[in-house]
Amino acid sequence: MTRQFLLDGQPVPFEDGQSILEAARQAGHYIPSLCWHKDFPAHGSCKLCIVKAAGRHVSACATPAREGWEVESNTPEMNGERRGLLQMLFVEGNHFCPSCEKSGNCELQALGYEYEMLSPRFRHFYPERPVDASHPDVLLDFNRCIFCELCVRASRDVDGKAVFALTGRGIDKHLVVNAESGRLADTDFSKDDLAAHICPVGVILHKGPGFAVPIGERDYDRESIRQKKLRDEEASS
Amino acid sequence: MSFELETAANRETLRRVAIDPVSRVEGHGKVTLLLDEAGHVKEARLHIVEFRGFEKFIQGRPYWEVPVMVQRLCGICPVSHHLAAAKALDPVVGALRITPTAEKIRRLMHYGQILQSHALHFFHLSSPDLLFGFESPVQQRNIVGVAATHPEVARQGVLLRKFGQEVIRITAGKRVHGTGAVPGGVNKSLTAAERDELLADADQMIAWSRNAVHLARRLHESERALYDEFGLFRSHLFSLVRADGAMDLYDGHLRLRDARGHIVRDAIPCADYEQHIVEEVKPWSYMKFPFMQDLGPEKGWYKVGPLARVQNCDFIPSPLAEIERQAFIAHGEGEPVHAPLAYHWARMIEMLHAAEVIRSLLDDPDLLSDQRMSEGTRGREGVGIIEAPRGTLIHHYRVGEDDLVSYCNLIVSTTHNNQAMNEAVRQVARRYLDGRQLTEGLLNHIEVAIRAFDPCLSCATHALGKMPLAVELLAADGSLADRAVTGS
Repeated sequence: MTRQFLLDGQPVPFEDGQSILEAARQAGHYIPSLCWHKDFPAHGSCKLCIVKAAGRHVSACATPAREGWEVESNTPEMNGERRGLLQMLFVEGNHFCPSCEKSGNCELQALGYEYEMLSPRFRHFYPERPVDASHPDVLLDFNRCIFCELCVRASRDVDGKAVFALTGRGIDKHLVVNAESGRLADTDFSKDDLAAHICPVGVILHKGPGFAVPIGERDYDRESIRQKKLRDEEASS
Repeated sequence: MSFELETAANRETLRRVAIDPVSRVEGHGKVTLLLDEAGHVKEARLHIVEFRGFEKFIQGRPYWEVPVMVQRLCGICPVSHHLAAAKALDPVVGALRITPTAEKIRRLMHYGQILQSHALHFFHLSSPDLLFGFESPVQQRNIVGVAATHPEVARQGVLLRKFGQEVIRITAGKRVHGTGAVPGGVNKSLTAAERDELLADADQMIAWSRNAVHLARRLHESERALYDEFGLFRSHLFSLVRADGAMDLYDGHLRLRDARGHIVRDAIPCADYEQHIVEEVKPWSYMKFPFMQDLGPEKGWYKVGPLARVQNCDFIPSPLAEIERQAFIAHGEGEPVHAPLAYHWARMIEMLHAAEVIRSLLDDPDLLSDQRMSEGTRGREGVGIIEAPRGTLIHHYRVGEDDLVSYCNLIVSTTHNNQAMNEAVRQVARRYLDGRQLTEGLLNHIEVAIRAFDPCLSCATHALGKMPLAVELLAADGSLADRAVTGS
């Protein structure tokens, strides 16, 4: 017998060990995320997949589904929490969408639209984060890092290179390149690595394309992130 | 150096009158007048009070981001910065020649920009002064007042501007702050449907632009004494022209005429601008004062923009605008026209030219081609010069081995006109305000003179790091206790 839980009142079937987020996406229900990737273990750092399960706030990516649970996700309360998290992410880095080449392909920006983020709300940190343009093929613009660690995980677990790492604690946490000089050019990083293609925001950029695709013809100009992620899920299943 | 009425002696004893902000111009500026007890003007200055700094913060950014980032200088003519930056960066990707499709789409975008900006300036910003009079009731002196009394003029003005904005949208992707031009070419061509959408209205725009030229000319000729004399001063005229001397607002070489109309510098390649133009910084303004180096600051300043361009070229390469140019030249009776209010007439001639260029480009099949990009051996430096609606716009970049911008210099149209605008302000202050009881209407005369140049003050303020700054510490009794000065 298939086991199931209720997501916003809708029955969602799941298999043993599946997280709430995985089961929901598979069943065609969107729960947002930035740090989650289907090929990696749950990370639980961005917290955008926050849901209320059995009366508690939990990360849907890191919480196994349970029979009979009533889970709230697409509610004013949960979406308000998500908007607050997005507002914190936007002020923590330097996110200048108007001149960012990732605009329209950026998951953070797309989620800002999806959850109707209309103001920064909090005081901007304006951190000092110089770019690393030392590599011939790839530019690192740390200003936009959201610490999802997808590049860290991809480089370490798939590419076998461990080019990236997070260092510092709390408010001083930041992404670094694993080389004595700290420069990407002094690693064995390649533009063909998985880590070079996995950044959900505009940190890891291939040099050259820039604005080759016009604004208005990009991924999230054509459809919302909700629509795209559900379509991607359907295509991969 | 200092010009007459630029800095008064005994400034602390004089009465100060400020026009703050100057209205119906782009950006934030103010005018200060210092008057003695009898009301005589002793000092008149146009100050730019906002501060930007693009030249500094573009450093360290990847070069391909620049055309999109720098256009945020301005909300009125972003296309000019977008295109000047793309032109400057073409050599960086090795595109010493861009494809015919790329050049024609950029030209279409640029002339769309000229059309919308000139329409905005004439109809929305200046026509209230010209139609109602400089001292008309302030409540009436705006586009709503124009719409009430001259509804057809206002309608055509609004629709001309709208058409220009549509040209920009179709070529750049958005009406404001698009991304069409990229180093090496453009990122989108036109579809047949987009071309046809513009073609449907293009002839109407030419007809309305002709009406606008005739309106500006009629206004000028109906009060010839006022229009020819108001704020009058003589100066050099500076602009790009095409190799054959034709008006070209997208590309060409630099030419300077003296106040009597003689060509004194010609065929200056854009890349050599630095050898000819230097900028002086003054402690009382965020806007620099450019001049021709070999002529010196006193004699080497010049006017840019429509009044300079219409008279600096040998001819306009579109038939209807050329007829109007000849009428304009004839008005000068053998001498160049220097009257600031003649900017309006010249501006409308350029708007007509832009409408004609747009119409003829729309017949070109290259607009629909997908041959959009070129590349070659990478370069490290580029200069892009374009005739923006307000005048000559210079972008200059150097790019490091790592693809980051290491140097940026922008000389913006309005900056070239800095001395000219100050001179017009002083002429008007002398002629109309000196010794009189100041009223709002009289002070508006000053603004009318500034408005004629169509200044974009937010574009023009770039003196980051070069600004002389004086800090004074005063004791409780007002005496100077200490003073520190940086810069020149």
